[in-house]
Amino acid sequence: MGTRQIFRNTVLAFLLALPNGALATTVYVSNEKDNTITVLDGQSGELKKTISVGQRPRGIVLSADRKALYICASDDDTIQVLDLKTAKITHTLPSGDDPETFALHPNGRFLYVSNEDDNLVTVIDVEKREAVAEIPVGVEPEGIGISPDGKWAIATSETTNMAHWIDTKTNALVKNVLVDSRPRYVAFTPKAEEAWVSAEIGGKVNVIDSASHEIVRRIGFAIPGIESAKLQPVGIAHMKDGPWSFVALGPANHVAVIDRKTYAVEKYLLVGSRVWNLAFSPDGKWLYTTNGTSNDVSIIDVEALKVRKSVATGRFPWGIDVGP
Amino acid sequence: MAWPACLAYALLSLTIGENSAFAAAAEKTTLQIGFLAIEKAPAPALSNREATPKGLGLQGAQLAIRDNGTTGKFLGQSFRLEAVVLPADGDALRAFRELVAKGVRHVVTLLPADRLLQLADSPEAKNVLLYNVGSADDHLRNEACRPNLLHVLPSRAMLADALAQYLVRKRWSRWFLVVGPREADRHFADAIRRAASRFGARIVKEKNWTYSHDARRTAAAEVPLFTQGADYDLLLLADERGDFGEYFAYRSWKPRPIAGTQGLTPTAWHWTHEQWGAAQLQRRFQKHAGRRMQPEDYAAWLAIRAVGEAATRTGKTDFPPLRKYLFGENFALQGFKGQKLTLRPWNHQLRQPILLAAPKALVASAPQEGFLHPKTTLDSLGYDAPESGCTFAPSKDGKTEN
Repeated sequence: MGTRQIFRNTVLAFLLALPNGALATTVYVSNEKDNTITVLDGQSGELKKTISVGQRPRGIVLSADRKALYICASDDDTIQVLDLKTAKITHTLPSGDDPETFALHPNGRFLYVSNEDDNLVTVIDVEKREAVAEIPVGVEPEGIGISPDGKWAIATSETTNMAHWIDTKTNALVKNVLVDSRPRYVAFTPKAEEAWVSAEIGGKVNVIDSASHEIVRRIGFAIPGIESAKLQPVGIAHMKDGPWSFVALGPANHVAVIDRKTYAVEKYLLVGSRVWNLAFSPDGKWLYTTNGTSNDVSIIDVEALKVRKSVATGRFPWGIDVGP
Repeated sequence: MAWPACLAYALLSLTIGENSAFAAAAEKTTLQIGFLAIEKAPAPALSNREATPKGLGLQGAQLAIRDNGTTGKFLGQSFRLEAVVLPADGDALRAFRELVAKGVRHVVTLLPADRLLQLADSPEAKNVLLYNVGSADDHLRNEACRPNLLHVLPSRAMLADALAQYLVRKRWSRWFLVVGPREADRHFADAIRRAASRFGARIVKEKNWTYSHDARRTAAAEVPLFTQGADYDLLLLADERGDFGEYFAYRSWKPRPIAGTQGLTPTAWHWTHEQWGAAQLQRRFQKHAGRRMQPEDYAAWLAIRAVGEAATRTGKTDFPPLRKYLFGENFALQGFKGQKLTLRPWNHQLRQPILLAAPKALVASAPQEGFLHPKTTLDSLGYDAPESGCTFAPSKDGKTEN
């Protein structure tokens, strides 16, 4: 057997190892208490590498070209830009104090960052590497969501209890919608008709209509044997082409599967403890959850609605994003 | 209005004017909230106590007013703190009357129980709510309860129950109770005895610490003798002022941990608490006050946030709708303790998890897993409805007799 043949077999074996010939997916997880990013293989869950980054990394998001990872290094008061090829921090972005989390505008250029301590949302131009706007919002801004059409950014303020609608053209506040207690996360539906806001202490997901800015629905949760005070919705992920929306329920250690048309909870999936953020694989077939206190990631088979695997991470996994 | 305050408002309206989302600012209404405290008379230092925190309670109130204001600017509401801090012999009743005369209807109080009752029973207090952030006395939540009085600070019974749950769960259930000479110490000891019988612990030995001298140099000789001849799991100290409790650590006859007012202590707030977003409040407080947040600061922050929350949710600033909201079923407060804080209708005590802290570390929080309750596990702490000695009509849906 010639060298060429061996090479071909190797390639073949490699391809066979991937289910249905799917492209490789890579999962990035920030570990709040370890100051690291865990890189996992999306299919096998295998640990690919652990990268040291700044202090208290929380929100993470991939750049538009998927070549870099933006990281909120909260205790360093900065956003770090990690080159994924070299696993090195190439530069930082001026984020304002204590950046907790952020969202990237679909144009790939503007990051909307929540600065908890200053009651501000900072807009950062990632190309020019400078802050281009500061928008005063309510006390302790946390969740940031940008509509898929790029029109709206929403910041949720945890102590003020509002969803602040920001027009991304002018970066001005347009509407402040009072929501249930301690809104943590916001996610627009794929066609941007609705914004879903999770109220951790209120125990509800508030569905806000994008046209009227009114709350049209409050989704509650109930799991037999779990005290209602523990049903605390946090991370939200909507299927792009599919009926389900997923809501992480924090200390209840479950992810709720919700029918987006009827708003009915279809199922609760048991995952790790204090489940926080959620992210889909690029092909939408897998959903990954960060489980803060069990220090792992659960991998959910979206079609079957089953948890397939748990994979260890660093301490206090928080943010998550998935790329090729 | 003093001119610096005028200036502050002018600046605020300038920034607000630039943004259409603040349109409501034109019809801005101001809600005044009072803060009334009496400074504690300095006691002779019998131990190496830490310096008394400056502006106790007041600093928490100031931070909360600012937080309310940030929220209020989106709704055309502003909040003003009317703070009065009196010396130990100050006339609290007179100061209270002056606040009410200014139109203040919500008064956060850091006062001893007897002075607080004086205020609550005065004719001026008829259409006023008082928010107790200074007294943990259980009788204020029982026989001496008042319909116009809310308790934001946890009671001694809640603190003792929280500690008991943890100790019982650890199976450290044989306690040696050491009671100090002061009335407060006796009240704390009462709460500990009650907690022991509720959760199945046993007080195997009880002794009064009656020494009135500074124990700093004699503790090594006295504490072993004092604790000799008993078999127990841990020492429970009732020394609220901190005169002698610290000297029991590492000096007892047997190697036993200490808990209660020293050692492992139950508290509404502790500077090492950072879970559930608490780190944010700790940081903001530290920045504002230049010191660590104390339980009284936290309670004052909560009290003013409660008023703010009522104003936000009702969209009003006048008294009747706010009172109705606070005593209604929808009132819930976010207090960085992992679940919502609500009012007990039978005595107006704010339900809340209790932290159990060592001097430099958070050890646990209560309610502890496994202590069940038919309604909310938070009611496993303190006086539950059937045990309550409070006889005012439970304030449901704001129908308070007042």
